[in-house]
Amino acid sequence: MPDGTRALSRVVLETRDVGKQYKLDGVEVNALRGVSIAIRAGEMVTIMGPSGSGKSTLMHIVGLLDQPTTGEVILEGDDVSGLSPNQLSELRNKHIGFVFQSFNLLARTTAQVNVELPLVYAGISGSERSRRAKEALERVALGDRLSHFSSQLSGGQQQRVAIARALVNNPSIVLADEPTGNLDSRSGIEVMAILQELNDQGITVILVTHDDRVARHAQRIIHVFDGHVQSEEIVLNRILAGTALATLPAEEVAG
Amino acid sequence: MNFTESFRIAFRALAANKARSILTMLGVVIGVAAVILLVGIGTGVQDEITGQVEGLGSNLLFVVPGQYGGGMGGDQAPPSRRFTLEDSDLLARRVPGLDAVVPVIQASTTVKRGNQTVRAVVAAANEGGSEVFSGTLAGGRGYRRSEVQAASRVVAIGSTVRDTLFPGQDPVGKTVTLEGQRFTVVGHYESLGGGLAGDQDSQVYIPVTTAQRVFNLNYINTIVIKATDADRIEVVKADIRRVLTPRYGEEFTVFTQEQTLGLLSDLLGTLTYMLAGIAGISLLVGGIGIMNIMLVSVSERTREIGIRKAVGARTYDILSQFVIEAVGLSVLGGIIGITVGWGGAALMAKFTPVPTNVTPWAVATAFFFAAGVGVFFGVYPAWKASQLDPIVALRYE
Repeated sequence: MPDGTRALSRVVLETRDVGKQYKLDGVEVNALRGVSIAIRAGEMVTIMGPSGSGKSTLMHIVGLLDQPTTGEVILEGDDVSGLSPNQLSELRNKHIGFVFQSFNLLARTTAQVNVELPLVYAGISGSERSRRAKEALERVALGDRLSHFSSQLSGGQQQRVAIARALVNNPSIVLADEPTGNLDSRSGIEVMAILQELNDQGITVILVTHDDRVARHAQRIIHVFDGHVQSEEIVLNRILAGTALATLPAEEVAG
Repeated sequence: MNFTESFRIAFRALAANKARSILTMLGVVIGVAAVILLVGIGTGVQDEITGQVEGLGSNLLFVVPGQYGGGMGGDQAPPSRRFTLEDSDLLARRVPGLDAVVPVIQASTTVKRGNQTVRAVVAAANEGGSEVFSGTLAGGRGYRRSEVQAASRVVAIGSTVRDTLFPGQDPVGKTVTLEGQRFTVVGHYESLGGGLAGDQDSQVYIPVTTAQRVFNLNYINTIVIKATDADRIEVVKADIRRVLTPRYGEEFTVFTQEQTLGLLSDLLGTLTYMLAGIAGISLLVGGIGIMNIMLVSVSERTREIGIRKAVGARTYDILSQFVIEAVGLSVLGGIIGITVGWGGAALMAKFTPVPTNVTPWAVATAFFFAAGVGVFFGVYPAWKASQLDPIVALRYE
């Protein structure tokens, strides 16, 4: 997507002067101080920073898992700061798809049922759920693993199930927190290729990482340091995982 | 999310931990089975005893010396004056509308034949005794009016006495020794079984006059009166009072069958509630077991709760999921417990002398109590689960 059109697309999520304080073992922590960022529809953005930078806190706020102490969070034009936990649950269900470092799939549960989970809480009927879960699993090339249990899948496959789960309810944003952190390099590249592919199809993706190489898969990087945005950077030499994958030798072990 | 979905999730979780679910359920199963069985025994015994008393007929009145209030009368002082045969004769003459007036003496004794002995309860009455004692003759006859008048040493014996002293023989015409006196056996009775209403099979029946002589008594214990018509029982009662008051003042009491039943029901009802209470405690312990397991389950599944919340589960969704798990455990345990308790009660009624009666009321109470236990002990762990912060829950290892 050329830069010009991106600049014109609407803002999906925006934080305005967001601050977050919390107490940790009785000590006041200023995790965020005055963070203002905007994510536009169809963008792929990285929030990057070392540990302790406030990157995770920002991710929780952007993912509607947490509320800022000060400032506003605007989702699709509506101020969502100050909503109740249940209201946030409903917004997460509708607008945010999560991909976690440790996959966070339900144990002893099939891929299909895992992917259906957000639809269950969206109140969608069984047959419709099943259809959409299959469709989402096919999008991540796991159409043949529907009834496999999480434990029967490789790390890369588990992360792809998690991506299918993130996609299934057509969210405004897919939020991926260190998605390759627990994967071998090849699986990591595969997962990044899927995320980029989804982004090409118009899905807004936010990556959260401390790893510069992972960060450069996005079009834009927001550098977070000491609780505030240090700089924003347009990625010039964007890494295209699909191309990297093509140069790798064919996989020896199937699955 | 709808209710069916909560159900599916809860039962999937229970099925995933089969051994634990079954062990947790066992507490409720035992509790409910104990409630059903013990209440069944209580009700069964109550039914049998009241049935036996009612079987004697609702037109019976019991006249006893002394004053008895509404209570059970266990701690009454011994009556100052006892009845005599004269009193029963007087009632027979002066009260109209009676089928029988039966003076009764009860005493315990030992019956001997050769070197065989058996403990027995003497039930001494007049020729009207057969009207007020239950029991069917298996052979021979009861004593006659002439034998009562002559204070003859004749005896009709219960089945236990017969089987001990005359195994496999016809006792009629043979003699036994009772209080050092030789008695001729004139009849014997069929077994009444049960034996919970006092062992009637160990009774021996002799004329009241004979009993007075043998035991050296000049009084009788009770006068049992059978009215011709059950509807006139209150009139008969008033007549009895009219006849006896000039002789005894207030120092006597007339019980109707209904009052006797009332006293028995009070006593047996208390017993049943006591049994139910004891069994209820085990159900309570089962409930605490459920709470314990649910708390473990919640902390074990903290991450799962975090995942569910992250993808959109609301407080209510998590709460209902865990409450349904707890209620599912207790209801399933309740159903199994009812089956086991009911089956046990049926087996007990069949293979032991203990009568049982499992009423729909007891089943319903046990079931809803079990379900209530599930709700009560499941709500706290479920509430704890529902209040988890998704961020903390997701980070939980």
